[in-house]
Amino acid sequence: MSMIEGSLIGERSGSSTASLGSRLNRQWNWRSLAARLTLLLALLVSFSSPGFAQAPDKQLSALVDALYPGDYGDRQAAIAALVATGDPRAVPVLQVLGEGDLYAVEATGKVAFVERSGSNYALTDPVTGAALGEVARSDTEKVRVNNSLRRTIRTAIGQMTLLSDNPGTRLSAAQSILRDADPANLDLLDTALASEADSKIRTTMELARAVILLKSDDVSFEDQQQAAATVAASGSRDAITILTSALASAPDDLKPAIQSSLDGLQRDRAAWAALQNVWFGVSLGSVLLLAAIGLAITFGVMGVINMAHGEMVMLGAYTTFAVQEVIRQNAPALFDYSLAIALPLAFLLTALIGIAIERGVIRWLYGRALETLLATWGLSLILQQTVRSIFGPTNRQVGNPSWMSGSVDFYGLSLTWSRVWIVVFAIVVFVALLVVLNRTALGLQMRAVTQNRRMASAMGIRTPFVDAMTFGLGSGIAGLAGVALSQIDNVSPNLGQGYIIDSFMVVVFGGVGNLWGTLVGAMTLGIANKFLEPYAGAVLGKILILVLIILFIQRRPRGLFALKGRSVEA
Amino acid sequence: MLTQALFRALDRKAIWLIGILVALAVLVPAANLLIPPGQFGHVPNYAVTLFGKYLSYAMLALALDLVWGYCGILSLGHGAFFALGGYAMGMYLMRQIGNRGVYANAQLPDFMVFLNWKELPWYWQGFDNFAFAMLMVMLVPGILAFVFGFLAFRSRVTGVYLSIITQAMTYALLLAFFRNDMGFGGNNGLTDFKDILGQPIAAPTTRASLFAATAIALALSVLVCSTIVRSKLGKVMVAVRDAESRTRFLGYRVEYVKLFAFVVSAVMAGIAGALYVPQVGIINPGEFDPANSIEVVIWTAVGGRGTIVGPIIGAILVNMGKSYFTGALPELWLFALGALFVGVTLFLPKGIVGLLGQYRSLTTRREQHQPQTPGPMQLEAGLDPQPKAAE
Repeated sequence: MSMIEGSLIGERSGSSTASLGSRLNRQWNWRSLAARLTLLLALLVSFSSPGFAQAPDKQLSALVDALYPGDYGDRQAAIAALVATGDPRAVPVLQVLGEGDLYAVEATGKVAFVERSGSNYALTDPVTGAALGEVARSDTEKVRVNNSLRRTIRTAIGQMTLLSDNPGTRLSAAQSILRDADPANLDLLDTALASEADSKIRTTMELARAVILLKSDDVSFEDQQQAAATVAASGSRDAITILTSALASAPDDLKPAIQSSLDGLQRDRAAWAALQNVWFGVSLGSVLLLAAIGLAITFGVMGVINMAHGEMVMLGAYTTFAVQEVIRQNAPALFDYSLAIALPLAFLLTALIGIAIERGVIRWLYGRALETLLATWGLSLILQQTVRSIFGPTNRQVGNPSWMSGSVDFYGLSLTWSRVWIVVFAIVVFVALLVVLNRTALGLQMRAVTQNRRMASAMGIRTPFVDAMTFGLGSGIAGLAGVALSQIDNVSPNLGQGYIIDSFMVVVFGGVGNLWGTLVGAMTLGIANKFLEPYAGAVLGKILILVLIILFIQRRPRGLFALKGRSVEA
Repeated sequence: MLTQALFRALDRKAIWLIGILVALAVLVPAANLLIPPGQFGHVPNYAVTLFGKYLSYAMLALALDLVWGYCGILSLGHGAFFALGGYAMGMYLMRQIGNRGVYANAQLPDFMVFLNWKELPWYWQGFDNFAFAMLMVMLVPGILAFVFGFLAFRSRVTGVYLSIITQAMTYALLLAFFRNDMGFGGNNGLTDFKDILGQPIAAPTTRASLFAATAIALALSVLVCSTIVRSKLGKVMVAVRDAESRTRFLGYRVEYVKLFAFVVSAVMAGIAGALYVPQVGIINPGEFDPANSIEVVIWTAVGGRGTIVGPIIGAILVNMGKSYFTGALPELWLFALGALFVGVTLFLPKGIVGLLGQYRSLTTRREQHQPQTPGPMQLEAGLDPQPKAAE
């Protein structure tokens, strides 16, 4: 596939550079047979080169060396030949030549990049980049250029880059022009703009044009005003720097316009920064929500703190890993569906383990919440060590399906797909749980047991069954969370431990018996964390959050959304 | 009054325990220093340090037992008090290094020189003085426990919620002490100690003295704890554990009772930490790890909470097991520890001591053929240590 693509590109660029070369040739006089022969050679090379416009080192070196002998006319021809190769390595040579910094060794005629080293020049091969030793300065000669040649070179560079067939080359050329903002490139830019179809490159070019206009003195007031507007409208990170520097050199009547667009930009930027923080916060919050919501359910219904909850998350992540391994070995085509396959499996596995834990251990400890905490901690150690024995203590590689990798640009906010999907997934899980709790018989029973266990039991609800199902549901959701977290975190036996304390904080902060409390708790903690981070740093921000929660608990010992009524107090 | 309290405290069991500890404090160093190696009865150097470490753990477990076993407060952050005491001791030991560090700076510990600090931070002032450092060993955990407990108990944070926020406390401290700019050596903590009270810290005599000091400190803790739990205040503590609301309605200030127990316990944990650090030669933020604090809970539970001797037995047994397993079968240790957590909570809610008590009351009952009224000894071992159900 890639080979076919490569040869297609090679053909296209070969023919275009050839026609370019011949166009240049027609304009110039041919002065020397040698130059003509070199050009012919170059054309042959560019036609026969198999790859993407990359001539062999030796031929390119010969073309570069051809820049030295003869007069300006020969040099024109040699430049044209160099351009005709379409080799990207020719661009720096031409740039250096245009700056008048290209030298040749008089004795050998070898053209090279030089760097002063005492009374000598240290030579570098312009093609291979290899060091060529040192030569006395008097033994070298500058490859001279005149104004006409400089123009030719500039056009040539522009044509090799800005008018290239490769969109990537065009984009980077436009970006480099934007960086330098040299007024001499204005005409070239106009030419390129006329034929540019790609909107992204066009935007960069227009921005570059506007920046150049802002810098030049001999441009009309209207043009500059419009240019300032273009720069401001681009809203890019650099726009503020560009406008600030333009403000200093702008004529007085333009200053208010630039200043006002600058103020607008800074306001926008602050708003975007805040929005970005909110997004990061929401993203972190949904991770916390996923990790904590199962915990909140078991804690709410059973008054049981499940310290092994983090390990359920970890098991979910390892299920994803196992599913991907099987898919990799047996059906690689299904890789994009690996998460969809892993989700139900993870839910089932962790739910079953959860039910087993409830039936085997927790049911004997009802009414002794603190003991349950210890027993589940013991279980978490056992689960961790089991996974460590089976899968090894190191991180395992869980791949992103193609639809989860990469990022999407949203008005200058770069949102990674994995984060977007996790937010979506958290919402889906949350809504599904709401439905289960509010619209199903099991949900009704669970709510009844949460509010008053003994009364619910007296009304004929099989509380042990509800307990087992609740624990299974809570653990299963942890497993789902694990599938999601495997996409953004290291999958190691310690995965769960990293989340358990944060999940507790969410539950304690949000209160139990109400899913909305968990949602609000998770989002508040996530967003607060991300807003504290820029000021306090990640670690200190986290410490601050913990301290704030400890203080918050003093005010509301049972969280934001506490259950009310006599069943609450012992 | 005081003699009366002491007399009450010294029931037979406590006297035995204190006697054994004092005997250990004398005999083990003697066996280590006076009997030459290779001869029967010699205690090797490593064993002195190892058991000294166990005894400081035992003190920590006893401290936790005072709040959990007697007052029903399950603290999952007692490791924090232990580590704070340890850091106070570590700071004193760091100052004793003087100019023998890698950078040979008489004023600053090595890690501060490395971080390009110019002078000692204010909170390091005074730690070159042993008495001041020992005061801080008790004051810092004590004040933290006082502030934390005052806020928590006043607003009636109980049960699982309290456990979780104590865990959050030690976790926050863990994160804080990992930071280099805290000025406590960051990730590496404090180590490479040279002297304690002018004696080289690695010398066998110093090691033996540290062991003796730990054993004596543990004996004193036993004395303090049994005095407290045998006093009227101790009875109120048990009442708080078993029925907090009822105790409050009877007119007791539950929050002050809890606060007292919590602060005493934290100070005790701090002292244990201070004795631990010179024997292991390092203190780092890992000691704040919430997992460590939970492990302390299992020592107490294994031995038997709500008893004085239980946590000591539990801490020593579990740690001997840990030393054995991590050496011989490292991958099995977490399985064993996890099984211990589950097994003890399911089958041994009163721990080893409770099991013995059960067995004894069973045999005595069989002999006497009449129901036993709980005497003072059974009161200690046989009181139902279940905290009130936290619905």
